[in-house]
Amino acid sequence: MANVVTLPLCSQSSPSSTGADIVFGAPHQPSRIGSETELRVALGGLSGVDTVGANARVASLGTRSLKQGTKRALLDLAITMIDLTTLEGNDTPGKVRSLCAKALRPDPSDPTVPSVAAVCVYPDLVSLARTTLGDSSVAVASVATAFPSGRASMNVKLADVREAVAAGANEIDMVIDRGAFLSGRWGLVFDEIVAVKEACGSAHLKVILETGELVTLDNVRRASWLAMLAGADFIKTSTGKVPVAATPPVVLVMLEAVRDFAEDTGVLIGVKAAGGIRTAKDALKYLVIVNETAGSAWLTPDLYRFGASSLLNDLLMQRAKQKSGAYVRPDRFSGD
Amino acid sequence: MSNERLDVRKTYKLLINGAFPRSESGRSYEVTSSAGAFLGNVSWASRKDVREAVIAARAALSKWSGATAYNRGQVLYRIAEMMESRRDEFAAYVAASESLNDRESQSVVNETIDRIVWYAGWTDKVAQVLGGTNPVAGPFFNFSIPTPTGVIGVLAPQDSSLLGFVSSVLPALAVGNTVVAVSSERRPIPAVLLGEITATADVPAGVLNILSGVASELGPVLATHEDVDGLDLTGAGDLAGTLAADAATSIKRVFRPTALDLDWSASPGTRRLRAFVETSTVWHTVGQ
Repeated sequence: MANVVTLPLCSQSSPSSTGADIVFGAPHQPSRIGSETELRVALGGLSGVDTVGANARVASLGTRSLKQGTKRALLDLAITMIDLTTLEGNDTPGKVRSLCAKALRPDPSDPTVPSVAAVCVYPDLVSLARTTLGDSSVAVASVATAFPSGRASMNVKLADVREAVAAGANEIDMVIDRGAFLSGRWGLVFDEIVAVKEACGSAHLKVILETGELVTLDNVRRASWLAMLAGADFIKTSTGKVPVAATPPVVLVMLEAVRDFAEDTGVLIGVKAAGGIRTAKDALKYLVIVNETAGSAWLTPDLYRFGASSLLNDLLMQRAKQKSGAYVRPDRFSGD
Repeated sequence: MSNERLDVRKTYKLLINGAFPRSESGRSYEVTSSAGAFLGNVSWASRKDVREAVIAARAALSKWSGATAYNRGQVLYRIAEMMESRRDEFAAYVAASESLNDRESQSVVNETIDRIVWYAGWTDKVAQVLGGTNPVAGPFFNFSIPTPTGVIGVLAPQDSSLLGFVSSVLPALAVGNTVVAVSSERRPIPAVLLGEITATADVPAGVLNILSGVASELGPVLATHEDVDGLDLTGAGDLAGTLAADAATSIKRVFRPTALDLDWSASPGTRRLRAFVETSTVWHTVGQ
């Protein structure tokens, strides 16, 4: 494959030689970062995160009580925000088809239940998902770039992305190179995101930070800014493949980052919390955090998503509970 | 220096999934003896405690129903052993709750322990009595076996705080169901003590959940809960008819006691053992 992607920041010998006029990132979002030095200045200038304060903040937000009308509206909103996900080695075409059917009509017995935002599958199952979903509003998201570890060469990652896009993926979930990030090679991570963004074409790019491997909230804040500066449309917490996935403090820090980024640039970046969110109760807590941190503008599937599979059934159960007043049997809804 | 010690007052808590939480609602209520003396503050279970208890009971069902009948019998017998070693405490609370004298309350505890042993013994005999081979006209072996109904909500009797509680809950457990029991509202303490001894009797977490509270508040929640498979209306009082109708919307098996079933001192028979079992019938070809 021809080397069509310029990776200006990798040539670190002379930052000034990389050409500050090169515009990276999304078309809507001209990056102001022209060199590794500028990136270091931008990320180094971020203030540290008060971890105790973040934990206390999410704990207090988690105790907010929601009135019944609000709760009903939020349950429906949460359903529309779900990226219904199956990322297993044993995924079969049949499983993907039934997932797509569920994405379109989450509860076949109740037509008032809205469709989910997207289905999320591995690249080889994208075309099947797209065909099954037809021209419905449900998007197909695909993980790419050697998900979940991201340990492959750049060419392999880009080929992975292009194949998924060519097969019909509307959204690409890429993983960042955590090894490079943690060892301080931020420029490398930045360039990868820029290159993947370019390979995505018109597809939306979600950048998975894998916060469970970033150790500190300071790193989460830095990685969020790095991804946004490099052109991410969404920043996403986790792959769901490491023990620690989305946690409320991490999502709080990411929401603060997108809020501050919007204030700086006027560009609204989305946040996707993925992994470990299984109950409607947790989902509603996250929505409260979204509203109180980034603001109500983010309460839309265009700017906030849940990456989940079992969450959908719990939302459906709570929705049915709100409707009938009686607790619902879990096996009333189809499994995955 | 005074020899007087501070009182170590006890909080009577719920039993949900093998743990002893206070009510999610934070509520408690005062329990007095029938003479009006203060006995303790008891957790006042809420709708959400029922929800948590049902989740625990559902999760515990496969292990408990899949255990061998012999093993279930051992576990239930162990409850009797544990109660035997705390019989004076049980007797004191039964006496206070039900205004009985010492001799009468000791006799209730004796009957209760015997009742537990009775049901422990039944675990591996139910299948022989309720099941069997069926004669069929063909080269088949055909047999029926009783299988547990599932998660059972038990509204325990309001009067008999220990013997009645055990007599309602144990038969459901003996045949392999898991139970969410609502104790007597005014006399909950003996049931709470029973919950405490199950923790040392190898009863797996979630198999028996005990909620102290108001049957007229928790009964409708259990009756309408789709994930509850059976409902024992012994302690439902006037609500029994309404609750039975509620239970019908999710097709629960319902046990409504007759006057005979409410004589706790009488021989229990097998009525309650039959209440929450489903009969599975299997055909099997006969080989040469």
